[in-house]
Amino acid sequence: MTEVQTSPAAAPAAVGPSAKKAGRPRWREATTGWLFVLPFAVLLVAFLLLPMAYAFKISLYRSTLIEGEVFALFDNYKQAIDDPLVREGVVRVLIFGLVQTPVMIGIALVAALLIDATTSRFSRFFRLAAFVPYAVPVVIGTLMWGFLYSDSIGPFSGLGIDFVSGDTVLASLGNIVTWQWAGYNMIVIYAALQGLPREIYESARIDGASEVQIALRIKTPMISSALVLATLFTIMGTLQFFTEPLILQPLNPGAVTQHYTPNVYAYNQAFSFQQYNYSAAISFLLGAVVFVGSYIFLFATRKRSALK
Amino acid sequence: MSLKKGSVVAHLAMGLMAIYFLLPFWWLLVAATKDNDGLFQSASLWFSDFNLFENLKLLFNQENGIYLTWLRNSAFYAVVSGVGATAISALAGYAFAKLRFPGRNALFALLLGLIMVPATALVLPTYLLMAQADLIDSVWAVILPSLLNPFGVYLLRVYVHDSIPEEMLEAARIDGAGEFRVFTSVALPAMKPALVTVLLFSMVASWNNFFLPLVMLSNDDLYPLTVGLRAWYMSAIMGNGGAATFNVIITGALVAIVPLIAAFLMLQRYWRGGLTIGSVK
Repeated sequence: MTEVQTSPAAAPAAVGPSAKKAGRPRWREATTGWLFVLPFAVLLVAFLLLPMAYAFKISLYRSTLIEGEVFALFDNYKQAIDDPLVREGVVRVLIFGLVQTPVMIGIALVAALLIDATTSRFSRFFRLAAFVPYAVPVVIGTLMWGFLYSDSIGPFSGLGIDFVSGDTVLASLGNIVTWQWAGYNMIVIYAALQGLPREIYESARIDGASEVQIALRIKTPMISSALVLATLFTIMGTLQFFTEPLILQPLNPGAVTQHYTPNVYAYNQAFSFQQYNYSAAISFLLGAVVFVGSYIFLFATRKRSALK
Repeated sequence: MSLKKGSVVAHLAMGLMAIYFLLPFWWLLVAATKDNDGLFQSASLWFSDFNLFENLKLLFNQENGIYLTWLRNSAFYAVVSGVGATAISALAGYAFAKLRFPGRNALFALLLGLIMVPATALVLPTYLLMAQADLIDSVWAVILPSLLNPFGVYLLRVYVHDSIPEEMLEAARIDGAGEFRVFTSVALPAMKPALVTVLLFSMVASWNNFFLPLVMLSNDDLYPLTVGLRAWYMSAIMGNGGAATFNVIITGALVAIVPLIAAFLMLQRYWRGGLTIGSVK
């Protein structure tokens, strides 16, 4: 993990001799350097390190009526791991991530392959159309779909489907996330496709390969690491699923419960029940899983690409 | 012949997907022209009576024009957080790339180590700390945490390192420019494309932010659009008396995304630039 962190930082070796040439004093450069990074460093401490440390600290305490704040070591964590409501939320976001993410990355891949293989004006229009939902705030995207799902004013009301019932609401949420993020992933995948050497396609065409074959047998395998990375990071993101279920909650509070996802649960523990210590333990645990997971993936994919 | 057929199929597929991505926008545009009864009674994907201007009037008069306050708040938070975060990231990114100072590598390693900490996990402790500093329910509670943009610092450091040659800075120093002058008159102009990308992304992130202001603010005069519209939506669904009606909320949603769509269309290059720089590294 340390290798990942330090390797880009050790890059500028060219600074040494040229600095000497100009003969400017070291201490002055150092002072300027510190002054330049100072605002950022202060913010990093105040809004990242300090909150993290504070969340960890309060997660080790419990508030009791009689004694006030009592040191409880990992009791909150034990409680969180044993809490069936936490488990239910974790299982739900895992199912969600494992189903919705591959579907969305699949759509993004097809869209990226299509815009990579076509050059028409419509293809450029499509690239824009697929990407534009990404520019919409999640809150407003979810509100829009909330209306579209409505059986009284939505366009699908004739179909007789209840989009927010206990059985369907997870899929409906999945559709909102897919709609909002497929275009973003399409652009990321498209950028990877654009980086491939075009000559390969020419030789494949001469060998009689069709465009579909080129797309599936040549392009897709060549960008597989980008696809894996996009998939894993999206699953990491869905573990923190929060805004969409919170917005859709009033449509069916019985289905989208107060513990629907771990983050919704942590939010309600803190702001509906004032259980700050317990809430901190849940979000610290979740944050740690996402954090460690992201670096494992990053490290694994870096290593693999370095071997090539 | 087969190429043509393939191209038709490809365009058909793109057409179907485009319908999926654009349908909600079309619906929103159509729905914003209907009065509340029209929403329930007419076909939802086509126009009936044209009431857009009445809806806009209702929107800006609802609860003494609080929507305009929310719009102003969103713009204010976006501009202040966006410009502030970009300026702070530019200074730090430049220093990490071009200036040597003790602790530089350690601090940059710390940045890289923390870049993956999920923002949602920090909202609760930040709220509690802000509460102790008596800063919650103020504009600072929303703006100060948004000034931190580790990814922007990283992106600008990479950009400066790759695209500004040392000789350019040396030439300015030999001409007698101080370090700050070198930064403002030589480095900043050369950083422009990356700065626009960072500015765009931090402004949009602030405009779209929901969780942080939701937690930090209880005075609805300080709400940004996202939190305000959600409050209206909740009241409308629960059927609270005097709540904004659906046509007002829908028109409010349309007005809220117009600036974003405009920025998106005008600055496409920078959007894609930001995403691809992010994905390469």
